[in-house]
Amino acid sequence: MAFFFAQFLTGLANAAALFLVASGLSLIFGVTRIVNFAHGSLYMLGAFIGVTLMNLLPGHFGFWGAILLTGLAVGAIGAFIEMVVLRPIYRAPELFQLVATFGVILVIQDLALMIWGAEDRLGPRAPGLRGVWRIFGEPVPKYDIILIAITPFILFALWYLINRTRLGVLVRAATQDREMVGALGVNQAWLFTGVFALGSALAGWGGALQLPKGGADLLMDFNIIGAVFVVVVIGGMGSLPGAFIASVLISVLSVFGVTYLPQSTLVLMFVVMAIVLIVRPYGLLGREEVAGEHGQVGAPEQPIRPYGPTGRALVAALLAVLAALPFVAEQFVLTLTIDMIVFALFAASLHFILGTGGLVSFGHAAFFGGGAYAAALLVFHTDTPMELAFLFAPLAAGLLALGIGWFCIRLTGVYFAMLTLAFSQLVWSLAFQWRGVTRGDDGLVNIWPADWLNSPEAYYYFTLALGVGGILFLRHVIHAPFGYALRAGRDSPRQAEATGIDVKRVQYVAFALAGAMAGLAGGIFVFSKGSVFPTELEIAASFDALIVVFLGGVKTLAGGVVGAGFMTVVEDWLTRLEYWRLLLGLLIIAVVIIAPEGIVGSLRSLWMRIRGTNDEVAK
Amino acid sequence: MTEILRVEHLKKSYDGFLAVNDVSFSVDKGELKALIGPNGAGKSTCFNMLMGQLKPTAGNVFLDGKKITGMRPREIWRRGVGRTFQITGTYPSMSVIENVQMALISHHHNIFSIAPRAWKLYRDEAFEFLRIVDMEDQADRPCSILAYGDLKRLELAIALCHRPRLLLMDEPTAGMAPSARIALMQLVADIVQDQGVSVLFTEHDMDVVFAHAHHIMVLNRGELITDGSAEEVRNDPQVQEVYLGGGTLFAEARDA
Repeated sequence: MAFFFAQFLTGLANAAALFLVASGLSLIFGVTRIVNFAHGSLYMLGAFIGVTLMNLLPGHFGFWGAILLTGLAVGAIGAFIEMVVLRPIYRAPELFQLVATFGVILVIQDLALMIWGAEDRLGPRAPGLRGVWRIFGEPVPKYDIILIAITPFILFALWYLINRTRLGVLVRAATQDREMVGALGVNQAWLFTGVFALGSALAGWGGALQLPKGGADLLMDFNIIGAVFVVVVIGGMGSLPGAFIASVLISVLSVFGVTYLPQSTLVLMFVVMAIVLIVRPYGLLGREEVAGEHGQVGAPEQPIRPYGPTGRALVAALLAVLAALPFVAEQFVLTLTIDMIVFALFAASLHFILGTGGLVSFGHAAFFGGGAYAAALLVFHTDTPMELAFLFAPLAAGLLALGIGWFCIRLTGVYFAMLTLAFSQLVWSLAFQWRGVTRGDDGLVNIWPADWLNSPEAYYYFTLALGVGGILFLRHVIHAPFGYALRAGRDSPRQAEATGIDVKRVQYVAFALAGAMAGLAGGIFVFSKGSVFPTELEIAASFDALIVVFLGGVKTLAGGVVGAGFMTVVEDWLTRLEYWRLLLGLLIIAVVIIAPEGIVGSLRSLWMRIRGTNDEVAK
Repeated sequence: MTEILRVEHLKKSYDGFLAVNDVSFSVDKGELKALIGPNGAGKSTCFNMLMGQLKPTAGNVFLDGKKITGMRPREIWRRGVGRTFQITGTYPSMSVIENVQMALISHHHNIFSIAPRAWKLYRDEAFEFLRIVDMEDQADRPCSILAYGDLKRLELAIALCHRPRLLLMDEPTAGMAPSARIALMQLVADIVQDQGVSVLFTEHDMDVVFAHAHHIMVLNRGELITDGSAEEVRNDPQVQEVYLGGGTLFAEARDA
């Protein structure tokens, strides 16, 4: 019992940092509607800056003073990021900003590597709090007790700030209706900057406060961001008490999880989140999001048309070049092109559900990796012929999407995104921890194609036929009644329902179709590489696809494909350099700021301006 | 006359507040009936319950004698009820005619088909509906750049697509210029005449109401206070009380 209680206290202490970071994210999302993926990076910066300052400043005052200063410093960095990166793109399409924040993650990763080096830093112990106190005979670190004591004060201070001060009134008003607050004469730009700085400062404090327990390393950003999103979603977006309850819940559960169910650690919090969202779709203390009736941000989407003669000629020319490639190009070009086609099909399937369906999925890699694993498992364990195993990839991914979609489709917006993320984590942890079947991070190897495909040229044509075929099929569906119904449900669910369209069912079918096509891409992928590892299922893989779709342009049909081509080439070229993350991050940020409609969308706008047909769409 | 819609003791409460309280009425076939009342009287709440967007706290709605209470909007639509909204709901990413084609695709049970090109389907039929609302010259413009009055007319064309027996129009002329209002309601009156559709509409503009409605109902604070001909309603002291605290609004309104 005493051990039980001590564990509970450890969980409570861990909740402190988590709550700080989560409350910052929640504040930022509430006011600016920006899903700040870089929040984990700010937390990591807090840890590194904290270590540096603690080593510079001596004694009691030095330790706590360093923590205070760290928050201020990270807050200033946050304000800088908001002003330079985010402020130019508030008018961009919804969620486009998250691509920019992803660029920020990459930049901060490499900057931290440059400044602090690759080695992990041990956090200094808090002066005077080095030992343990015995509670019911069990040792509990003194610093843990201090953290447990501090957390309610932080919650209260934040609550006071939000509910009892003028700034808080503005923040709450802006959370409900940004445009109205702007119309009432509040300088939105500075309100956003201020809130972003405050949220960043909270992340910085979280990073500094956890130093004596955890230290600082370069993996902290990705390690915490999953947990932070889970906390914010379980608590309810924008609810501080909700974030507090969820932080405690998650931290305590994971402490017990480590002790009693060690193989569950990676997946536990996502299971909790999935259960909470299924029972309470808007989190424990969250309220249903009222969809903004203020119209779409950015230029309205144009009616879609199949390509005219010029477009068809261009596509035909591109296909001809691709078909002739094996006769002229070296083998590494073929390999690169296969990667590109696989990624393009994967991105096109995400674009189908995201652009045409309006459902932002954060976990699309589950279907890509799911398809790859399905085929690989069959080959690895049962020696199934490649042709049969390959067919199984889209089939299994489609079934997986039917299963996951059954839970997710009932949600919308950020909650939908988070639940898809949770399920993809679930799939990933299966692949990672169910070693008996999946061999964990050793991966499944020796998954080669059948003999008749086992030459680079043969497999290249196989990829070309199926990859391009898949992309064209998705395009065709978008132009078919089903694609129109999907778009109708996105444009105006109310009108669609009032004219006989079962919007949720259409979305469900589309989700399964997108999953199957991602699985097809995964199937092509696994036989081209000969192996598959859990990395294909990671959050980062889902984000790669998201970035590509946003970069290419959500509101254009070719967006996903063009973005994927662009990204594959750029990554292949940049990853040869030492600080490629920094450059890639800066490049992403630059594209986002210069071309807020995405590459294809911006090219089209430019083209129309040149031809002077901007006001009416060409038929 | 036979009735197409019957509403019995309809009630909607929000945390104890009665938005609609014990409302009963009926609409006859071929009738153009108005539901009027001051702001907040519960007109839109009533409409949303008829069409399934809201679930009533109590009471029932019958279409042609069959109970449709609690059905989803799309099921009620399939039974032959069309609807237009106070704030228009159209698909901005489609062209004008594609908006109509979409409703036709749904009407012809083609939503899940993936073979044909959607913009080739039912184009002639859609064109006919656009002609009814006088929008055929704008058929291929993007819906996102239409003027508000045109959106209202487009929405009417969409609502006519499945040849409804009953049309529910929530503030059909809100946000339109006075001349356009008269024209639109004349159009609706013609449709009632030509196609035998029954129409129930809410409206703020008394010119529109008294010029076209066969019967008028007045709703105040969630309760139905009158149901009768234009003449009866105009002379009802309770109605005058509600609207003017006892003036002679409607005589003036008619002269205006």
